Amino acid sequence: MRRLRWLLGLIIIILIFAIIIFYPLPSLLEWQSPLLRHSFFVLFFCALFCLWRILKGPTSADRAVAIDILGILVLGFCAILGIPTGRNWYIDIGIAWALQSFISTLALAKYLEGRNFDE
Amino acid sequence: MNEILGMIFIVIGLAFDFFGCLGLVRLPDVYNRLQASTKSVTLGTCGILFGLFLFKGFTACGIKAILCILFILLTAPVSAHALARGTHKSGVKLWKESVCDKYEEDEVSKTA
Repeated sequence: MRRLRWLLGLIIIILIFAIIIFYPLPSLLEWQSPLLRHSFFVLFFCALFCLWRILKGPTSADRAVAIDILGILVLGFCAILGIPTGRNWYIDIGIAWALQSFISTLALAKYLEGRNFDE
Repeated sequence: MNEILGMIFIVIGLAFDFFGCLGLVRLPDVYNRLQASTKSVTLGTCGILFGLFLFKGFTACGIKAILCILFILLTAPVSAHALARGTHKSGVKLWKESVCDKYEEDEVSKTA
């Protein structure tokens, strides 16, 4: 039973990589190389994993951890979008998002600890 | 040449990101998930930003990417440590096959 579940997970991961490599995406942007397009899809599946953990997490601490990870992943999205579009202000959005994510994670940790916010 | 090097850094960073998020889904415990995902996702995003720096060179965008790497490397361990401390104080139990809990022993020895 345990080995069957392991095999099922392996098949799902191989399917995800097959979708990433072979899915013909309509060209919304003028991508410089197809590898950048595939890298965008890898980050998309990472964000889906984080959303799954936010939906299903047994405790509220799981959700806080997943929100922290999602905040770092958005920075990667901004960095990759800056390359094919050639616009330089995506990284500014990334810097602002990282600052806001750090402060919100500290507030969530304080809330989990059960103290007042002004202490 | 710079673009090929940047592409290699981006692919390495994406691999770290993907396996970190896989650990976020698969591992059994809050502390295990925090341990696996925070470190590898931080390193992977640093790789992507360094690839962006190699693409852009020493322009304003590249220097901002280097600043982002420094900021992430400083703040991600702080937020992960604060989350672990808050989780432990809120009373979430460890996984049943975990070996030791040094933080609990420290708390007991402080109060005693």
